[in-house]
Amino acid sequence: MLEKILVLLCLPSALAQHLCTPGASDGYKVRLSIKTALGDQAYVWNENEMFLFRATLAFAMRTHFNGQMYNVSNIVVCDETPRVSFWFVVTSPLDTSTLVDRKDVEEAVRKSRNRINSAFLLTDKTLEFIGIAPTLAAPVYPDPPPWLIVFGVVMGAVGAGIIILLVTSVLQKKRKKNEKSEGEDDEEDTRVKTVENGTASDGVYNMSFSDDERFTKM
Amino acid sequence: MAKTKDSGVEERPKWDNKVQYLLTCIGFAVGLGNVWRFPYLCQIYGGGAFLIPYLIALVFEGLPLLYLELAIGQRLRMGSIGVWNSISPLLGGVGIASMLVSFLVGIFYNTILAWVLWYLFHSFQNPLPWSQCPLNDNLTGYNVECEKSTPVNYFWYRETLNITPDIETSGSLQWWLVICLASAWCVVYICFIKGIESVGKAVYVTATFPYLVLTIFLIRALTLPGATDGLVYLFTPDWEILKNPQVWLDASTQIFFSLSVAFGGLIAFSSYNEERNNCERDAVLVGVINSATSLYASIPIFAILGFKATTAYNSCIKGNILALTNYFEFSEQNITVENYDHWLKYLNQTSPGEVASLDLTHCDLQTFLDQSASGTGLAFIVFTEAVIEMPGSQIWAILFFVMLFSLGLSSMFGNIEGVLTPINDLKLVPKWIPKELLTAIICLVAFLTALIFTLGSGNYWVEVFNSYVGSVPLLIIAFFEITGVIYVRGMKNFSEDIYFMTGNRPNIFWKACWMVISPLMLLVVLIAYVVVQAQTTPSYPTWNPAYELFPQTEVKPYPDWVFAIIILLCVLPVISIPLVALYKLICCRIKKSSARTDLNPYCNDGFEVETREQQNQRA
Repeated sequence: MLEKILVLLCLPSALAQHLCTPGASDGYKVRLSIKTALGDQAYVWNENEMFLFRATLAFAMRTHFNGQMYNVSNIVVCDETPRVSFWFVVTSPLDTSTLVDRKDVEEAVRKSRNRINSAFLLTDKTLEFIGIAPTLAAPVYPDPPPWLIVFGVVMGAVGAGIIILLVTSVLQKKRKKNEKSEGEDDEEDTRVKTVENGTASDGVYNMSFSDDERFTKM
Repeated sequence: MAKTKDSGVEERPKWDNKVQYLLTCIGFAVGLGNVWRFPYLCQIYGGGAFLIPYLIALVFEGLPLLYLELAIGQRLRMGSIGVWNSISPLLGGVGIASMLVSFLVGIFYNTILAWVLWYLFHSFQNPLPWSQCPLNDNLTGYNVECEKSTPVNYFWYRETLNITPDIETSGSLQWWLVICLASAWCVVYICFIKGIESVGKAVYVTATFPYLVLTIFLIRALTLPGATDGLVYLFTPDWEILKNPQVWLDASTQIFFSLSVAFGGLIAFSSYNEERNNCERDAVLVGVINSATSLYASIPIFAILGFKATTAYNSCIKGNILALTNYFEFSEQNITVENYDHWLKYLNQTSPGEVASLDLTHCDLQTFLDQSASGTGLAFIVFTEAVIEMPGSQIWAILFFVMLFSLGLSSMFGNIEGVLTPINDLKLVPKWIPKELLTAIICLVAFLTALIFTLGSGNYWVEVFNSYVGSVPLLIIAFFEITGVIYVRGMKNFSEDIYFMTGNRPNIFWKACWMVISPLMLLVVLIAYVVVQAQTTPSYPTWNPAYELFPQTEVKPYPDWVFAIIILLCVLPVISIPLVALYKLICCRIKKSSARTDLNPYCNDGFEVETREQQNQRA
């Protein structure tokens, strides 16, 4: 009697096992890169971790199909490799010989992807579901864009500097003018106007000497 | 000097101290080219071996020209137009040519600074915007153009320049570039607002800051992995390359353009010196420091490029390792970067077909090191990519772009000075216009002209200006400068000038260089340059997303109207030399024939005691 009960209990799982094959149409391949993600703090992949995976996936299926009681036994795993990659299929809780459709599994995984990742301390890149592309994070565009802020600061400083310098030079000129108009009335009439050597534009160009260069080197 | 009064003859502005003058000249000479052109040339022309033609060109071409310009400016105490008018009225066109070239170079140079500002403003973000691709419109994947090329390329060509597929498609004004250009010109204006008083103070920062940053980068770069590979690659001499005449040509042109001679800026700067100043020592100092800076800058640049090549090589290998591990289902990290070759050989022996099916990329460190770049490609593509990999990217990006900005700004001072001083000296503007207003007008005109570089095709136009305005006209001007001073003014007069200023006559080395070697070298370089340019149909690389080999750049020839503009740009500055000579000849002849017997040769207007009435009458 006992043996019969045992056989009856093992039968469903044995039956279910044959549903999972590498390349199954309703299954997905999973690949984990634990050492790449965690380095020294990587945990070892063993039966317990596999149990956690199946439980997490059952959780994802339950969350997606609200009401249907998925269990760990509904997640069937096969073809484990040392890479830590394997195939899995999901059987329906109502009938263990039928598989849940590929699309439904994909949607369930997508919905709870974040939770599945965090359960294993991995990311979208290190816990790969081959065939399920990770949804890209929506870009965060801060408004106003940061570069305009920096630009505003720089231009503000430069503009303020220009205005300050212009105002000070105008004030300086005004002050000079006032001093000059006071000092001019005291001056004498005659002045000697000197022409600096080399600044030919201040004097009058004396044409008579232009030809003499040939004779006298000056 | 006698106290001059309200007739407006101001004292010529002076440097506050010698340090300001030297820093300004060094800042003018040391520019963006020292950082992004010299290391590239060193790399493609056989590393250490390139230093030989470079140093020969410096000693026989660069230093004599530099000394000549500083000496003549200091002696005649005028800007470029005044100096050449003083030497001979027929040579006045040389000054005008210098002024035009300074203006044209200034407008595109400041556009590059606007691009540097744009990158600087964007360096204050985490993560850096050029490190990842943006999403496409319906958020399902990454932008297609970015996916095909790299995020760094996409940020430069699309988000910064918004470049059109070729130079004929002009596109529209990119508003973000317009405001960056406006801020660049505002910064130039604020430094120039009081003439050399403000420039002299600004240059304390802009000329010294790049050295500080280069040192910081040097220390950081030497600690990065792969730095030594880059340095070895840079400096390994390939002596065979010296047989190639192109190397000598490029070394001469590099020295020439690097020292910023023939712009008129150096003449202007030295004209504000006191009369008795040892310009020989100044010239040698500026020349040597310029070349030393080029060398010093190439060390961190190449250390960082070596780091970038190593990182790229490692990611290439890691990509292959991942592919192998995933396919053969090995345990993680069985294959590492170290034992990759061993594993590959083993797998090729056991299952070659499967390995072939994986289509692994062949990773070669040399190929990554060979991906050199110069100019804007180095700064905005290669270097920004390297900065992403360094920890603390924002700091390094900010430091790098501030360094580029101060390098470019100190060179801009020379360009603007080359335009302002001749205008002031020629008294072209009425006295009541203050110099602040004149500077503002020049900056505004330059800004408006530079708006063409903010169009979609702006980058192509910058390349046109860079290749053609800043090359042949300068060589021609320099040739006329040296022959003008040595042969028209006379070697004897010039020696007397130098004796007056420094107390020593120039020795045989300078004389030989000025009279024979430098003009000869300039002529050879000029002719060779023109011949080389004429042999190839001018073409340019374009960024065309519709190109079938995208992301490679598509090389297109310049259309005819652009070619006409190129010719115009080369000819316009130098046409003033013969034009002014002709004009003066004709004018002189007319004047001479009419005024010959009028003046009393013993009446020299130099010393005249005049009464106030006479002066009022004349005014």
